[in-house]
Amino acid sequence: MSNKMHVKLNVNGEDHEFLAEPRELLIYALREKLNITGPHVGCETTHCGACTVTMNGKSVKSCTVFVAQANGAEVTTIEGLGQPDALHVLQENFKEHHGLQCGFCTPGMITRAAKLLEENPNPTEEEVRFGISGNICRCTGYQNIVKSILSAASELNSAKEAAQ
Amino acid sequence: MIPAAFEYYRPASMEGVIALLEEHGDEARVIAGGHSLIPMMKLRMAEVAHLIDLQDIASLSGITIDSDGIRLGAMTTQHDIIGSAALTAAAPIIKEAALQIADPQVRYMGTVGGNVANGDPGNDMPGLMQCLDAQFHLLGPDGERVVAARDFYEAAYMTDREDEEVLVEITFAAPTGGYAYEKQKRKIGDYATAAAAVQMSKVDGKVATASIAMTNLSDTPIWSEETAEALIGTTCDDAAIKSAIAAMLGDIDPTEDNRGPIAFKCHAAGIVLGRAIKRAWSRA
Ligand SMILES: Cc1cc2nc3c(=O)[nH]c(=O)nc-3n(C[C@H](O)[C@H](O)[C@H](O)COP(=O)(O)OP(=O)(O)OC[C@H]3O[C@@H](n4cnc5c(N)ncnc54)[C@H](O)[C@@H]3O)c2cc1C
Ligand code: FES
Ligand code: FES
Repeated sequence: MSNKMHVKLNVNGEDHEFLAEPRELLIYALREKLNITGPHVGCETTHCGACTVTMNGKSVKSCTVFVAQANGAEVTTIEGLGQPDALHVLQENFKEHHGLQCGFCTPGMITRAAKLLEENPNPTEEEVRFGISGNICRCTGYQNIVKSILSAASELNSAKEAAQ
Repeated sequence: MIPAAFEYYRPASMEGVIALLEEHGDEARVIAGGHSLIPMMKLRMAEVAHLIDLQDIASLSGITIDSDGIRLGAMTTQHDIIGSAALTAAAPIIKEAALQIADPQVRYMGTVGGNVANGDPGNDMPGLMQCLDAQFHLLGPDGERVVAARDFYEAAYMTDREDEEVLVEITFAAPTGGYAYEKQKRKIGDYATAAAAVQMSKVDGKVATASIAMTNLSDTPIWSEETAEALIGTTCDDAAIKSAIAAMLGDIDPTEDNRGPIAFKCHAAGIVLGRAIKRAWSRA
């Protein structure tokens, strides 16, 4: 019954192959098999969003995806968005506007926000709040998170305008 | 939160799915988005020895709208529904309801087929589909049969679907008139304390037709003919709405749980229905 299967994942542009039980949750495959520890385990019950990654273009809670379902998928985690020496615009803005306190929710929050801005580059404050409603933050009260995302949106938009 | 081990299959055709279901009987289950099933498996409230993933079956997805009506493939996600301008133009109540289900991440994964096949009284789409008089198309070893949403639900997690049948699509006629999906929940991502789906049409200032279904107030969704009848022929004034609410309260059967005692649920049901009727009428 506990037969392991071959799993192929492309994470942040890099191909990985490993053996795993089908029931393994994607979050644990990422963290424990591939040592990609940006996505966090908060609740493990699909509520907090700390484990959010992008899978085949969708924001998903990776604690609620079996690694078998993800076989063949393209996954982006916070590590794929920016690096310490080359921060993503959202990371810059979270830093600038104090969009984090303890930082536990931040990788999931930013990964979700990146997808939100891709789908809706010019969101209103209300749309940002609704768009991140699957991500819980116990520290900030959200105000500065929303500010950071709105500021990142306008920075991305002016960069786009300048490029045109 | 580790589920019991299972064998995993990802067939490329419906024949493959049905063959696996026939082979493994009630030890097998299909998985669509997994956002009802995986939480249950993690809690070990569901044990599935053979898990059949529907993600590669292309024929199960897609939204079609033509002169025959509207068709939603079972694997259409809540996110797809919200993003479909054509569906929103033809049946706006579906987007209004979908936006009140779970949260963005869950809506990328959760499918309409999983939502209605699951049989959880907390799911929002069964009541919605009863309100729209939708038809569920079930494919099994003996071919396809069609069951009305209004006849599909037997009790919590018990539906008319046989173990070796798969829900392949949902069809319904484009609704006319005004609509509203009103839901009371404790927070975003919560199931309904009470929810109401209302479609109604107006002729000469009076209610011509009405269809009303309530969610999470019994062990099945409740499509209440009496509630609709209390409105038909009236000008939808306060007295008519009051008698519709009274009729609805006679049809629901809520139980006490962590969303509140029975009296509170009845109160919430009355409030959401009153609001839904008023909003639907203002759009009729
Ligand atoms: C945090 C959270 C909050 C939620 N809040 C809400 C809410 O407010 N309202 C709401 O309605 N739902 C809510 N949900 C449930 C969510 O909408 C589910 O995704 C949905 O109920 C099931 O769809 P699925 O595709 O994920 O199905 P799955 O979980 O894959 O399947 C559910 C069940 O249906 C069966 N099934 C699936 N597809 C088919 C098919 N085509 N034919 C036959 N059987 C099938 C499966 O075998 C399984 O038994 C919530 C979920 C979470 C995790
Ligand atoms: S850990 Fe996945 S949602 Fe909380
Ligand atoms: S910063 Fe601590 S949980 Fe969000």
